[in-house]
Amino acid sequence: MTDRPFLDIEHLTARLKGSGTPLLRSVDLAVPAGSVHGLVGESGAGKSMIGKAILGILPRSVEVATGAIRLDGTDLQSLPSAERRTRVGALTALIPQDPLTALNPSRRIGPQITDRLVDILRWDRARATDRARQLLDEVQLPDPDRILRSYPHELSGGQRQRILIAAAFAAEPRLIIADEPTTALDVTVQKQILRLIREMQERHGTAMLFVTHDLGVVSKVCQSLSVLYAGKIVESARVEDFFRAPAHAYSRALLAASPRYTDPDGSLMPVPEEVMQAVRAEVAAFDEGRAANV
Amino acid sequence: MSNPPSDVLYEVEHLHLSLPDLTRKPLLGPAPRIHILNDLSFKIRRGEVMGIVGGSGSGKSTLGRALVRLLEPTGGHVRFDGTDITHLGEGELRPLRRRFQMIFQDPMSSLNPRRTVGAIIEAPLGLHGFDDLAKRAAEALDQVGLPRAFARRYPHELSGGQRQRVGIARAIAMRPDFILADEIVSGLDVSSQAQVLNLLEGLVKDLGLTLAFISHDLSVIRRLCQRILVLHRGVIVEEARSDQLFAAPQADYTKELLAAIPLPDLDQVWA
Repeated sequence: MTDRPFLDIEHLTARLKGSGTPLLRSVDLAVPAGSVHGLVGESGAGKSMIGKAILGILPRSVEVATGAIRLDGTDLQSLPSAERRTRVGALTALIPQDPLTALNPSRRIGPQITDRLVDILRWDRARATDRARQLLDEVQLPDPDRILRSYPHELSGGQRQRILIAAAFAAEPRLIIADEPTTALDVTVQKQILRLIREMQERHGTAMLFVTHDLGVVSKVCQSLSVLYAGKIVESARVEDFFRAPAHAYSRALLAASPRYTDPDGSLMPVPEEVMQAVRAEVAAFDEGRAANV
Repeated sequence: MSNPPSDVLYEVEHLHLSLPDLTRKPLLGPAPRIHILNDLSFKIRRGEVMGIVGGSGSGKSTLGRALVRLLEPTGGHVRFDGTDITHLGEGELRPLRRRFQMIFQDPMSSLNPRRTVGAIIEAPLGLHGFDDLAKRAAEALDQVGLPRAFARRYPHELSGGQRQRVGIARAIAMRPDFILADEIVSGLDVSSQAQVLNLLEGLVKDLGLTLAFISHDLSVIRRLCQRILVLHRGVIVEEARSDQLFAAPQADYTKELLAAIPLPDLDQVWA
């Protein structure tokens, strides 16, 4: 293992085609191999957009304007698209938010886990199925053979999320993008799933980009995080430093707005208007600076 | 059979509710029934904010819907302000409907996208024979902290937090005695969540509202509620004052719920 981060994003800028509305504003991000980095922000801040940019699944209406996305040192943006897809397919995987819509309702679970191994890694079916059985065991789903034959609707939300985790780890990716993987789950199930993700991530030494709106979740699964506002990173920090003393006023406000039942008077506080104005001004100043440099 | 006014607004006794399970219905004959609520008894006092918490499938929304009689209980009694509303027909419920209002989880699907905010707030007022509709709608917008000019906007022009305020405005414009709020902040960002909770807290104080607040999030419940019902698989596993519940939870399920919440705090023993 080298000092070089496995995922290294530099000055990533994305905008809406046509209008040119900025969506990501010169995002810099580094995730070392085997480490979990949280992406936090309110809806529309662009946290999922970063994951989609890496995977190359941005909506057609969005274009990456400038910047580099390096996986293990290779800049994906410089690759021809077929080569980019192969590389991304071999090195990364996604754990999506909604386990119901992410699984095809008309297909059995088995092929949905093994497709990737067969299609991308060219394994034969029998070997892929063996691997799927072993993974289902690893995500603590009893009776793997029955599960492989099941359809998604026959399983609970927690079981489906476990399957998506198994599928994500199937091809031994080096980087997993987890996009709000527990938002749709009950808090007790969420705890089991988050623990499982951490265990799997540690055992396989996978780097992870963990997209969430919940700072509580970040404090439990991440080693570092970035806080986004309007597609701009306002603060990146190690988790220990962040929860002790967030550096940016907007981060402090987000933390104070988060629910914390142990501190009813000091939590769920609205973000003060002056903080919102200040962070908006910061974004505006950034845009002007760029315009002046062009 | 009207009782003298008391401090109890809702009295629920041995409430049962079951619904047909259509996924297991045989070709001929009736579907088997799923028992969703089992023998619930509790009271909601005037001016009180009652929290109803539980996981998905615990029956908390079904209980809410039974309180405002969007569902008919299959056993037991629900008394609202002394009147037994358990099996009242729609005609008899009509005059009572104004008095218990509901705010829904998803404002995008509970606000008519083709109507202006003003029309949305005025519609139920008109149905219940209020006059000065525009003025009442404007006042309701004042109370939820939205500019009066929003009356001319459409739901899609508003943010999630603003839409939820419209839902609140529609409910309070009716001058209800009781409001049922079902997961009304779960779809919102933390900053809007805090604002909507603050607003609700203020309205409860200013208007003397009685509120049942359904949520899966105990942190949110603690902020707003004086008393809490914990529901698990259709049964009340714990009923306690808010401070007692957080200081010394009794039921195993309550303890499990509390222990599972990831606090934004590195010192919490969680794993």
